[in-house]
Amino acid sequence: MKTCLVVDDSKVIRKVARHILETLNFEVREAGDGREALDACLDTPPDVILLDWNMPVMSGMDFLRALKDSDIAQRPKVVFCTTENGMAYIRAAIEAGADEYVMKPFDRETLESKLQIVGVA
Amino acid sequence: MRATLTPSASGSSSAMNMIAALLEQRAGQQIAANRAWRIETALKPLLRVRGLKTLDELVAQLSASRTGELGDQVVDALLNQETSFFRDAMVLDTVSEAIRAIQAANPERRVRIWSAGCSTGQEPLSLAMLLTEKGMMQDALAPEIVATDISPAALNRARAGRYSQFEIQRGLPVRRMVTWFESIGGDWVAKPELVRRVQFRQHNLTSDCAPAGRFDLILCRNVMLYFSPTVRRQVFDILSSAVRPGGLLVLGAGETVIDLTEHFNPSEQFRGFYAAADGATPTLTTAR
Repeated sequence: MKTCLVVDDSKVIRKVARHILETLNFEVREAGDGREALDACLDTPPDVILLDWNMPVMSGMDFLRALKDSDIAQRPKVVFCTTENGMAYIRAAIEAGADEYVMKPFDRETLESKLQIVGVA
Repeated sequence: MRATLTPSASGSSSAMNMIAALLEQRAGQQIAANRAWRIETALKPLLRVRGLKTLDELVAQLSASRTGELGDQVVDALLNQETSFFRDAMVLDTVSEAIRAIQAANPERRVRIWSAGCSTGQEPLSLAMLLTEKGMMQDALAPEIVATDISPAALNRARAGRYSQFEIQRGLPVRRMVTWFESIGGDWVAKPELVRRVQFRQHNLTSDCAPAGRFDLILCRNVMLYFSPTVRRQVFDILSSAVRPGGLLVLGAGETVIDLTEHFNPSEQFRGFYAAADGATPTLTTAR
């Protein structure tokens, strides 16, 4: 079973994402900000991370930089997840190391399609 | 044989069946009894625009209409436009391999591709992106992509290349999105250099002759499933008349030629594809 780390400061979003991911047969872990997510990755890297962009403590962008600088051998795929759809914003996320992008709110089909694109579903 | 549809909240059984019959007559598509709810859902916006409360009132207007324009609008609203970018991406990868092989065998001419039943254009635009990225669309002998659909509304959207956030993020990888699309007013609009690689034309698979010329590869995915076996046979004849000898046909995952046509056989070279059988092209009659 593949694992997905859902990183979002909103409990509601984490709950919705968890529900969808579990129907897609993922084992789901959760983190409330980038710092918690980094700790979770250093402990046991997931196969994929669903990453919110605007979070307290450590933002999605800062998390991606920290992930890049870490010595995690098997880098997880990262799908960044936001309410923004500006081109500059999306390009910045890709340059920072995100593999895919999904806009909130998303449905099961959309998320499944993104997970297929990054090769984990 | 078409199932008899039961009444809905806004339409009698008679109205539902008349609308289903209109769809079948114009587009060859059938609505199964368990999908009859689609009639009500799909026609709700049209009822609202025309200030009608029930499907029976709509049928009354259809009967009184002399131009057929309302019938076109009803059929257009009922057509299933379900599609997405890079749908069954592995199939499109095999399509690009096949096109490369056909190009190599015919270096003196353009390879011709027909996307039949292209809906709002995601399939042919995906193919255009893929072939360009693989360096196969560069010169004067770049493959020609003809994309057809019965729906004028769907084709208008395809030609505009304008997609909502929901549509764009179903199947389209983000790097392709930022390469080939611009973000305009909350939507995503395909760059002109992408859209102009596809010729969009209106075409009714069940009643029109195939577009002029022969095609090396025909994509007709997730279209046949809406037709009765009789109509499928007729459509296979039309596709057979349009394919070059030895050309390829690509159907949707749940679709087959078995027991429906002798003009296509499973391809030995490209798994899941069908190759035009040797022999004469069928004499064509239209589906109705």
